[in-house]
Amino acid sequence: MAKTDLFEAPDYYNIDDLLTDEQKLVRDSARAWLKKEVSPIIEEYYEKAEFPKQIIKGLGEIGAFGPYIPEEYGGAGLDQISYGLLMQELERVDSGVRSTASVQSSLVMFPIWKYGSEEQKKKFLPKLATGEFMGCFGLTEPDHGSNPGGMTTNIKDKGDHYLLNGAKMWISNAPFADVAVVWAKNEEDRIKGVLVEKGMKGFTAPEMHGKWSLRASTTGELLFDNVKIPKENILPGRDGLGAPLSCLDSARYGISWGAIGAAMDCYDSALRYSKQRMQFDKPIAAFQLTQKKLAEMITEITKAQLLAWRLGSLKNEGRATTAQVSMAKRNNIEIAMNIAREARQIHGAMGITNEYPMMRHMMNLESVVTYEGTHDIHLLITGMDITDIPAFS
Amino acid sequence: MKFLVCISKVPDTTSKIGFTDNNSKFNEAGVQFIVNPYDEWYALVRALELKEANGGSVTIITVGEQSDEPVMRKALAIGADEAVRINAKSDDSFFIAKQIAEYAKNNSFDVVLCGKETINFNSAQVPATIAELLDMPLVSLATKLDINGNTATLERDVQGGSEVVEVQTPFVLSAAKGMAEQRIPNMKGIMMARSKPLNVVEPVSVEAHTEILSYELPSGKTECKYVEADKMDELIELLHNEAKVI
Repeated sequence: MAKTDLFEAPDYYNIDDLLTDEQKLVRDSARAWLKKEVSPIIEEYYEKAEFPKQIIKGLGEIGAFGPYIPEEYGGAGLDQISYGLLMQELERVDSGVRSTASVQSSLVMFPIWKYGSEEQKKKFLPKLATGEFMGCFGLTEPDHGSNPGGMTTNIKDKGDHYLLNGAKMWISNAPFADVAVVWAKNEEDRIKGVLVEKGMKGFTAPEMHGKWSLRASTTGELLFDNVKIPKENILPGRDGLGAPLSCLDSARYGISWGAIGAAMDCYDSALRYSKQRMQFDKPIAAFQLTQKKLAEMITEITKAQLLAWRLGSLKNEGRATTAQVSMAKRNNIEIAMNIAREARQIHGAMGITNEYPMMRHMMNLESVVTYEGTHDIHLLITGMDITDIPAFS
Repeated sequence: MKFLVCISKVPDTTSKIGFTDNNSKFNEAGVQFIVNPYDEWYALVRALELKEANGGSVTIITVGEQSDEPVMRKALAIGADEAVRINAKSDDSFFIAKQIAEYAKNNSFDVVLCGKETINFNSAQVPATIAELLDMPLVSLATKLDINGNTATLERDVQGGSEVVEVQTPFVLSAAKGMAEQRIPNMKGIMMARSKPLNVVEPVSVEAHTEILSYELPSGKTECKYVEADKMDELIELLHNEAKVI
């Protein structure tokens, strides 16, 4: 049901003072556009398990696709904090919408920009920035999730072209993507980036159904059956597992901001509801147990905001480490999940309905805590970083 | 056609309002500022629409300090061509109108557009004062604006209906709700705004006509009393003795 989006962003520590005027303008413009165009329809699309394709053009216009890509390739040339703020605003409305933009920006445009040839950059980036082209990223396989290095998808050199075979799973945007950045092993067991284009013979991308999470985003498989890949469709700039992992670093960084958006939306709704809902002749916000929940929520949101802002500053300086990104992603999703649940409690029975966003955020976050490195893997990355001992195997 | 749009910085409508210095100054701590909605949504956007349809230029002008520049940059991101900041801080309507009129006089604009009022001070004096100082006609509270050659046709809401007014350029107008639809800046606009000129001009010497001595918040909402529909005597008694309004 379309209703007015009353969201007011909490900023308990005046973190806005740490932002530049342009960062705030980017964020506020995205917020205003999302309130007007996406908030009124998101519940409907979530329920019918459909990505609202009509918002793609608008997402491109607010800079949701590759905002940090240089202007010469159609991007906005923004900094990493602006990118984070955009992800925050998108996920404030819905993690599925943010996921679509994350994939396009960090998993498709980022590798083409960083590792692509000049021709590849010119061919794909400007169209990806506007949304004329949509992209997806194929790393995860049915049998290789947390251990992507074990992948079996492969390319074979056939002289003037490669042949691609294998399958990828849990791929956001796959069914409607015009280009897929696919990671596959060559004969020497080196992981290479392959640009697979819609319509190539032997390439299909069936949609996966039955998700209780990220329902407003489309997920599919990528199936490659002797797909003939022109040699110019290989990313020349980098190979090895480090290449896809660097893309994940960028996406995870955006997710650490995105989760704050989901948390803020739940907190904002709970705060408003608790001041209006009367029980025992007073608003439920007057009760200590409600105040405890709300106070803990705003405390965790504030800590998450500071973590993300600092990480963004480090990224702007080129100093953020993979382990630092893992900590922010892990922490911010965890607090968002807890806040969604507590906020749902404050809304009582109303909290389980689609009148309020908590259940949708809660279900979405179950994906967010799993994809781009699971919660446990991120903990082990921190563990490895502080002990120098990997606990993966 | 050259448009001049007057832009004011105002607190966001969700801001918590408070005062400092013995209630003589507005407390800006933690307050988010926006472009005055009447200036942005109606005056600026309509000027942009007319420029896009018929050509010309849109200049925005603000009397304010450097801290006003973020809202000016937003107006540029929405589509204005250039910005002028008269480098002065004042809450006095005459002072502000005089500064704008001086700039307008020296740069000959065809239409000067203002919002009908700012949402913080609501004095609604600036548009009329600019018109008087420029010796131009004023169309106040306009809800529609069309321009054909040198003739502008405007609509105004009046009691029970609307009034259509025709005026020759140059003129001044104050814009009310309905003149245009809000435009949200897009990324292209934000990027273009980076390099658009924002010129700072020193103010002319003017003495303010008013001084704000103090502010106070409206008293809080009082309890609502319900009176049974058939107890009119009780209602009259309450209105007379308690509310003291009749």
